[in-house]
Amino acid sequence: MSGNLLIAGGRVVDPAQGLDASLDVLIEDGRVARLGEKLRAKNAERLDAKGRIVCPGFIDLHVHLREPGREDKETIATGTRAAAAGGFTAVCAMPNTEPVNDQAGITRAILDKAAAVGVVRVYPIGAITKGSLGEELAEYGDLKDAGCVAVSDDGRPVESARTMRRALEYALAFDLAVIDHCEEPTLSQGASMNEGPVATWLGLRGAPAAGEAVMVERDVLLAELTGGRIHIAHLSAAASADAVRRGKARGIRVTAEVTPHHLFLTDELVRERAYDTSTKMNPPLRAEADRRALIEALLDGTLDCIATDHAPHTQDDKRVEYDQAAFGIVGLETAVPLCLDRLVRPGLVSLPRLVSLLSTRPARLLDLPGGSLAVGAPGDVTLLDLDRRYVVDPDRFETKGRNTPFAGLSLTGRAVATVVAGRVVFRA
Amino acid sequence: MSLFPHRHLLGIEPLAPAEILSILDTAESMKEILDRPIKKVPTLRGKTVVNLFYEASTRTRSSFEVAERVLSADSLSIATATSSTTKGETLLDTAWNLEAMKPDMIIIRHASSGAPHFLAQHCRPSIVNAGDGAHEHPTQALLDALTLRQRKGRLQGLRVAIVGDLLHSRVARSNLWLLTKLGADVILCGPPTLVPPGIEALAPVTHRIDEACEGADAIMMLRVQRERMSGGYFPSSREYHVRFGLTEARVQRAKKDVVVLHPGPMNRGVEIATEVADGPYSVILDQVTNGVAIRMAVLYLLLGGQSEVQA
Repeated sequence: MSGNLLIAGGRVVDPAQGLDASLDVLIEDGRVARLGEKLRAKNAERLDAKGRIVCPGFIDLHVHLREPGREDKETIATGTRAAAAGGFTAVCAMPNTEPVNDQAGITRAILDKAAAVGVVRVYPIGAITKGSLGEELAEYGDLKDAGCVAVSDDGRPVESARTMRRALEYALAFDLAVIDHCEEPTLSQGASMNEGPVATWLGLRGAPAAGEAVMVERDVLLAELTGGRIHIAHLSAAASADAVRRGKARGIRVTAEVTPHHLFLTDELVRERAYDTSTKMNPPLRAEADRRALIEALLDGTLDCIATDHAPHTQDDKRVEYDQAAFGIVGLETAVPLCLDRLVRPGLVSLPRLVSLLSTRPARLLDLPGGSLAVGAPGDVTLLDLDRRYVVDPDRFETKGRNTPFAGLSLTGRAVATVVAGRVVFRA
Repeated sequence: MSLFPHRHLLGIEPLAPAEILSILDTAESMKEILDRPIKKVPTLRGKTVVNLFYEASTRTRSSFEVAERVLSADSLSIATATSSTTKGETLLDTAWNLEAMKPDMIIIRHASSGAPHFLAQHCRPSIVNAGDGAHEHPTQALLDALTLRQRKGRLQGLRVAIVGDLLHSRVARSNLWLLTKLGADVILCGPPTLVPPGIEALAPVTHRIDEACEGADAIMMLRVQRERMSGGYFPSSREYHVRFGLTEARVQRAKKDVVVLHPGPMNRGVEIATEVADGPYSVILDQVTNGVAIRMAVLYLLLGGQSEVQA
């Protein structure tokens, strides 16, 4: 599937090399072969990048492709098409499929399917525990050999501190990061939104931010105890960011991701939209003070990367009473426009920094190929047009999911081409 | 200009003070009909109302049904036990099926907060919230206000204590909105485990019932569901009664002409002592009569606002 491609005339932004310059990029046999001015190439397709930003392909560490088992919500084909349309050249697939990806055979089935129908690279994440039930550890050695890049029981917290301790220890043998969905379940039982004044007035049961932070604190301490590598999924609360910040300052191997919706929305939206279930996800949208703290944590490096927690659902799962609705929203096709419009345009985050948050850092966190356009790196490239208008229209999504709180929004900036291994897989 | 420029009654929160007053005033004139020898007017003849009750309710449902009959509306009541939900039908499918029968109004009681808003977004008839989860119960707050206004002649400046399970109570929320919008001086009281965060933005909170009762013109007691004990919100109904229950001695701290309200059903010996419930300041049965008048007013304002009440 690899190809030869000359990406000509663009502004190359590659934080991995400290590069921000007008250069051509030549990809041969699916890998970056040369960077330079006015490159020429025989046998290479040409992609005009004039006026575009050329960056290492974006990598989303947190995606629910739903296959196997919930192909009614998403498939590897539709999910990877959505990724490509959103500017992502690789996605990490969370293991809460049916069955759970807790065995090498399932990992291989996912990879085989991705090789057959996937549009972008798919890196499976294996389960921490068998069936993600929080009890027995899954076979990390086999999972890693089959292609898993990390372990997680995402969607469910690892309730038992002892299990989490063992997971962090055992994963050391295979140099795997453990990704935790941090939620103290006894504090969030029955909750459908953030605990606080908005939940009070809406009469909805709330999950306190402290219910996340208490688990982040625990995980940081367990990472310290074990020397293991913990990555906090979809961090949403100010107190959680603070725990990660302190952990990092002490030299503990903790990293964290944040979603665009937690960066840009608050629980007020649940009231504004009068119980619209596309505002329901877990962790929930938090208070404005949390949102501001997340932006701050993103700027000071406490948060390592941006990931979408792309969680497609059927209309049936969402078109019900608020407390009955499924948790989660789609994110692959809105993440990059949102980040360009809300972070880069107002000057909050520089363009190279955003590229790092979406590409270089995620690649390094899980030791994935890519994240750089250095010679020899995979020929995975995202082309951005910072001035292109993007109106969020769920009916035009590639994902099967229509569940987004951003519908109707007009954003400036988007990915206009996505290149995987030298092949153009998406153009807008 | 209509007296009530809304298609639905989803809660008290979105209403302007003048709109609340116009419902109360309309209810006063409706109440007169209830005292006639022949309690029937043709005002809503030809209008169809569906009472869709997903939660057990005796008082609210029968109150709506009486109001519908007095106003000559055609109505049908669907309770959970007899509905298709037991067959796994979604709320939306049920609503669409009912809508296909062309009702003018659906009155809904549901355990999920926001269920009436969901219906309002997805179907055409007027929606009246008859209690949704822990969110609102607007007609209860309206009938409480009517009762208070009858007894006190005003709402402005009244000192009203709302006591009990504020966390799970839709009655508390609706009353809090209504009373603060109309200028009453509200004090909230309950054990800290049953006080939701942020509620103090509308009224001060105390954990001492003696303090809440001090100088009160009205004390509004909230039902404490026994299952809250298993949730660990408080250790026993005995201690709840001792610390947070309304007793004769506590009523004595209030103004001489204090009135005691309770939305029912009461847990005698838990949130309210029997001698208080049956005492002279109890207006609990007035509340029931006013409930019918309020629901007549709501039906009239949403369905028949253009025609003549006295017809």
